[in-house]
Amino acid sequence: MDKPVNNRAWLLVAPVFLIVAFSAILPIMTVVNYSVQDTFGNNQFFWNGLGWFQELLDPSTELGGRFLDALWRNLLFSAIILAIEVPLGILVALSMPREGWKVAATLVIMALPLLIPWNVVGTIWQVFARADIGLAGWAINALGIDYNYTGDPLAAWITIVVMDVWHWTSLVALLCYAGLKSIPDAYYQAARIDGASRWAIFTTIQLPKMKRVLLIAVLLRFMDSFMIYTEPFVLTGGGPGNATTFLSIDLVKIALGQFDLGKAAAMSLVYNLIVLALCWVFYTVMTNAGTERRHEENPA
Amino acid sequence: MASITLDGLAHAYRPDPRGPQDYALKEINHVWRQGGAYALLGPSGCGKTTLLNIISGLVVPTRGKILFDDRDVTRLPTEARNIAQVFQFPVVYDTMTVRENLAFPLKNRRMPREAIARRVEEIASRLDLTSVLDRKASNLTADAKQKISLGRGLVREDVAAILFDEPLTVIDPHLKWQLRSSLKELHRALDLTMIYVTHDQTEALTFADTVVVMHDGAVVQTGTPEELFERPAHTFVGHFIGSPGMNVLPAKVEGRTAHVGDVAIALDRGYSALPRGERIELGVRPEFATLAAPGTGLPVKVTRIEDIGRARIARIEISGNPAAAMVPEELSLDGDSAGLTLDPRQIHIYADGVLVPGEAASREGAV
Repeated sequence: MDKPVNNRAWLLVAPVFLIVAFSAILPIMTVVNYSVQDTFGNNQFFWNGLGWFQELLDPSTELGGRFLDALWRNLLFSAIILAIEVPLGILVALSMPREGWKVAATLVIMALPLLIPWNVVGTIWQVFARADIGLAGWAINALGIDYNYTGDPLAAWITIVVMDVWHWTSLVALLCYAGLKSIPDAYYQAARIDGASRWAIFTTIQLPKMKRVLLIAVLLRFMDSFMIYTEPFVLTGGGPGNATTFLSIDLVKIALGQFDLGKAAAMSLVYNLIVLALCWVFYTVMTNAGTERRHEENPA
Repeated sequence: MASITLDGLAHAYRPDPRGPQDYALKEINHVWRQGGAYALLGPSGCGKTTLLNIISGLVVPTRGKILFDDRDVTRLPTEARNIAQVFQFPVVYDTMTVRENLAFPLKNRRMPREAIARRVEEIASRLDLTSVLDRKASNLTADAKQKISLGRGLVREDVAAILFDEPLTVIDPHLKWQLRSSLKELHRALDLTMIYVTHDQTEALTFADTVVVMHDGAVVQTGTPEELFERPAHTFVGHFIGSPGMNVLPAKVEGRTAHVGDVAIALDRGYSALPRGERIELGVRPEFATLAAPGTGLPVKVTRIEDIGRARIARIEISGNPAAAMVPEELSLDGDSAGLTLDPRQIHIYADGVLVPGEAASREGAV
């Protein structure tokens, strides 16, 4: 390989490098710095080595226990969210109109929840689901079902899940819709000539062609739901008890509530690594799902 | 197996067609014989794909009927017709192997498993796909994918006609010939009606026994490749088929003589009853126009001579009207003036673009 060496490339990369350094590397290094120290305020820091990390990864300690609890809540929440939003999003995308003025109207309506700021979403649902004055909360109680998200952990979970589905299913649907629109008509025509059923068209044409956008949708929804903070913070504040205290909420409690910067820093680093690792797993599994056999089949 | 009859077929994409300009497809009456190899030839936007989609049932025509033998199928959905179609861009089911792709139409029609397997093997060997049967269809080349699309039509024993919508568009030039000749072979072996849509005259003329030339939503001529070449029924056919196309010159015709500008050309047939007030043109193919030394035949001006390998073609002017003619090998010219000899039997007269038959030479005594 005789590639000409050209050092000008460094010059071109430099601006990006600077921006990334200030926006990502420096803040993360600050966190790394905190994570190996302890502080009692007054800007006084004491070296603690890997102490916080050891405590964090040992569930028998107070810190390790609450970390593990919050981690399970996060995983459960993300699993529920993906299980509902991905199939629902596909279903919505399939039933969206293909042409005419209805397309624009549908797209605008679909995009509305995505445009509302997180804390406003939390506030909307906080009021909407209240048992005394909220339309939904009052209606459910009027039906004879005892529903109060501030007292009942299950009710709190259902409210948060419904809120997230309301907020984010549009994103999955819009991505799938874009994937569906990119399928040439000839595929549908060929399938009709081949006598394919509606279900066969979905599994043999639409789903495979949507694979790429679905990968993006699953990744985005996983990352976002795994890092969820604002909406449950506004809606339940992590309660009742610790029922909806997710990792990010717990993190803020430790960092700003107790001002344990060392613990919080160690926790956010581990949290960050878990998100990265899970995203890598998702990405690898989903991109390899269809290509694995390709390598075996092309020995030549 | 069936013949396909188009009876007064017309189609407009807008719901309230008023004048003929609203029709993408003007009225067509045509019979596609069982077992024929047809080409539907015309430039982009002439309505040939619309016609194809009507036959396959993807589009319901605004007016008219379409019959398979005597059965009216105008409103039958695609899957209920005995039709297969190969599209411009290869359509394969990405997640399936070649074998599963070929079996798909039969599986959807609930054929027994062993029968499917047998039929798939048979068609695969006909299409030279046996060696790749267990590979993923999405990993194959464009021409193999196009064969799979075709194969999905051929596996169905009930298929009466296969429609091709510019199937060689994305195929490498050197494979086009190969694929086209295997199509011809299949046609001979299987006694299927094949309708081949293309804008490429070479493809149409080499593939088909009968070529249907379309222009602006209407059929302008139906005939064998020879007929289209020697007796274009419309100046459009003359232009569109042949390379270079037919010379079409504005002319005044009196009896057996045509005047192009101040040049008089003798005609083989008489035209005593030409319609008045219409645009009269004289058409002659470059192949029947030969350049000669100055003083022989008609006086012409040579603007350019092109060497296209197997022949030389002269771009000339006849009384200021551009035309093309063949240059004989031995001819060499000084300056830009030359003579032109025409084969009188190959000169045609057109009124408003449409061929006027003219009175045959045998009636000479009567005129």
